[in-house]
Amino acid sequence: MPASSTAPLALAVRGLRKAYADVVAVDALDLEVRSGECFGLLGPNGAGKTTTIEICEGLLNPDAGTVEVLGMQWARDGNALRSRLGIQLQETLLSEKLTVAESVKLFRSFYPAGRSVDEVVGLVQLDEKRGSRVGTLSGGQKQRLAVACALVGDPDLLFLDEPTTGLDPQSRRQLWDIIDRFRSEGGTTVLTTHYMDEAERLCDRVAIVDHGRVISLGTPRELIASLGAGHVIEFGVDGSREIDEAALLALAGVKSAHRAGGSWTLQVRAAHETIPVLLQTLETHGMPLTELRTHSPTLEDVFVTLTGRSLRDDA
Amino acid sequence: MTPDRSTRVKNTTDNTPAIVELTLSRFREFYREPEAVFWVFIFPILLAGGLGIAFRNRPAEASHIAVARSAANSPVVDSLKHASGIVVDVLDDTAAAAALRTGKVALVVVPRASGSVEYRFDEARPESRTARMVVDRAVQRAGGQQDPVPVADTKVSERGSRYIDFVVPGLLGMNLMGSGIWGIGFAIVDARKKKLLKRLIATPMSRAEYLASFLFFRLSLLVIEVATLIGFGTLVFGVPLRGSLTQLVIICVLSSLAFGGIGLLIAARPRTIEGASGLMNLVMLPMWVFSGVFFSSGNFPKAAQPFIQALPLTAVNDALRANMLQGASWGAVGGELAIIVTWLVVCFGLALRLFRWR
Repeated sequence: MPASSTAPLALAVRGLRKAYADVVAVDALDLEVRSGECFGLLGPNGAGKTTTIEICEGLLNPDAGTVEVLGMQWARDGNALRSRLGIQLQETLLSEKLTVAESVKLFRSFYPAGRSVDEVVGLVQLDEKRGSRVGTLSGGQKQRLAVACALVGDPDLLFLDEPTTGLDPQSRRQLWDIIDRFRSEGGTTVLTTHYMDEAERLCDRVAIVDHGRVISLGTPRELIASLGAGHVIEFGVDGSREIDEAALLALAGVKSAHRAGGSWTLQVRAAHETIPVLLQTLETHGMPLTELRTHSPTLEDVFVTLTGRSLRDDA
Repeated sequence: MTPDRSTRVKNTTDNTPAIVELTLSRFREFYREPEAVFWVFIFPILLAGGLGIAFRNRPAEASHIAVARSAANSPVVDSLKHASGIVVDVLDDTAAAAALRTGKVALVVVPRASGSVEYRFDEARPESRTARMVVDRAVQRAGGQQDPVPVADTKVSERGSRYIDFVVPGLLGMNLMGSGIWGIGFAIVDARKKKLLKRLIATPMSRAEYLASFLFFRLSLLVIEVATLIGFGTLVFGVPLRGSLTQLVIICVLSSLAFGGIGLLIAARPRTIEGASGLMNLVMLPMWVFSGVFFSSGNFPKAAQPFIQALPLTAVNDALRANMLQGASWGAVGGELAIIVTWLVVCFGLALRLFRWR
């Protein structure tokens, strides 16, 4: 249920810039998040996602630009704002000696109004771990506890910075359910991730961020549709002979061709249209096929098209 | 349709004040760490007990002497056996020589046929010289010597002047310093390292309440710390408590806050436990050495005294001793209290200014 485009803005960021000693982390970044929306900042490590979200959370001051959160500004309404936000930072370690319930109760005590400890512990499915020390929890449980501490103030806007990084598939799905549920109650979520499947699954709209800028913005479907490709074909060939990119682009239905290492990625109108001519061409050139895969285009393909790099390239 | 969140009723009941939850967290983090409990409560008592036993005041020791068997029936021997402060063994000549050589006796008395008496002893040994005086006095008295000047002895053992009396207030001061600086410093640097401080300031939590929770925790712990150490010293060793209890409480509270302020200042910026730990040792080491915990700070050269007297632990130890051992008036501890309060104010002021929450 995408938020209507007339809903009030929960977050408005204009011309944001933040530089550290040796690097510009965020450069002229604009964002608008509507109330009730789940908005994703998608990009590789070091793209400036965390810096952006921490400025929005009031934890960092920007060098330039304006940030308006829930119609308020940090400099003027800091305290009022904090009680309406729920925040999960990328690498917070809660006190290991406290139990799950004690930790949530501590965070609850900071907010003038909020949810009950039992409700939130139930929401993140930690009822059985209520009395366990934080130090004994698994990674997924700790992450759900962090989200519980973010939810206990009954926030209108939830900021999640890489909530599922490093978690096993089951823990990821549990967190997705929590976020879905928050959204179904009308809450606004801004999350960062470098998993495309997570962004596609959770987000109403996605901003693809690279080198501190938004390079593309839209619903996941819009972004994927913008490729104009019905399918993506990946193939590898054996042998030392080079294929000409122009030759590939000349094949029927090919929109674009990228090479990564020994394999090629083609974005095509339809797989059944291109594959026969591709195989024929390779055979004519005497190049044996070593692998061939097709899939529907994903946000990853969007990122590759926009930047020529893969999302998870750490370079 | 997106549900309208503005009409939601938020639950404002069922909430404990933040300062209570924060202080409770301090206690939970403390008592769930058994090592911390040991160092704060048990260690000072073990130390006081060990020192009290090692340096206890012994009763005056009797002189052990030997008399040669050949003269066992001499009237001299008889008079020595009845003299106080002398324990007499009758031994063969060879056995007596061996006993003297091995230090079992301090002196060998050999009465001669002529009526004179020979003393054999090692002049280099203090107990031998003492034995020589005590024995000679008994011998001369038995021979009829009279004291030309009459004397009267009054024996005194003053509570409050023993080593244990000196060391218990010193240990108390050292304990206040250690738990103030370590207890606050480590907890804060640890929270910063874990990015917990950053997470906390993203909530509407009051930063002042967060820091205050450490002080409330320290002050509550202080009651237990002071009571155990003083209780132990008083009950086991009879260490006196001559000053007013109010004054003692105020000295302890101000000292604890001052050391807490120093701990806060040390913890204001470091991002690692190692960095903070080095700073803490740098700050505490001079005070362990100079501030008169185990021996009087007066032993250091006069030129160093202004520096030593300005150290917070010196002021704390002096004030505690003045209160407990001398029952000092307010005026007598005024200087020390002024030094303690100055440290408190300066360190807190600097710490709040320099404090790094991220």
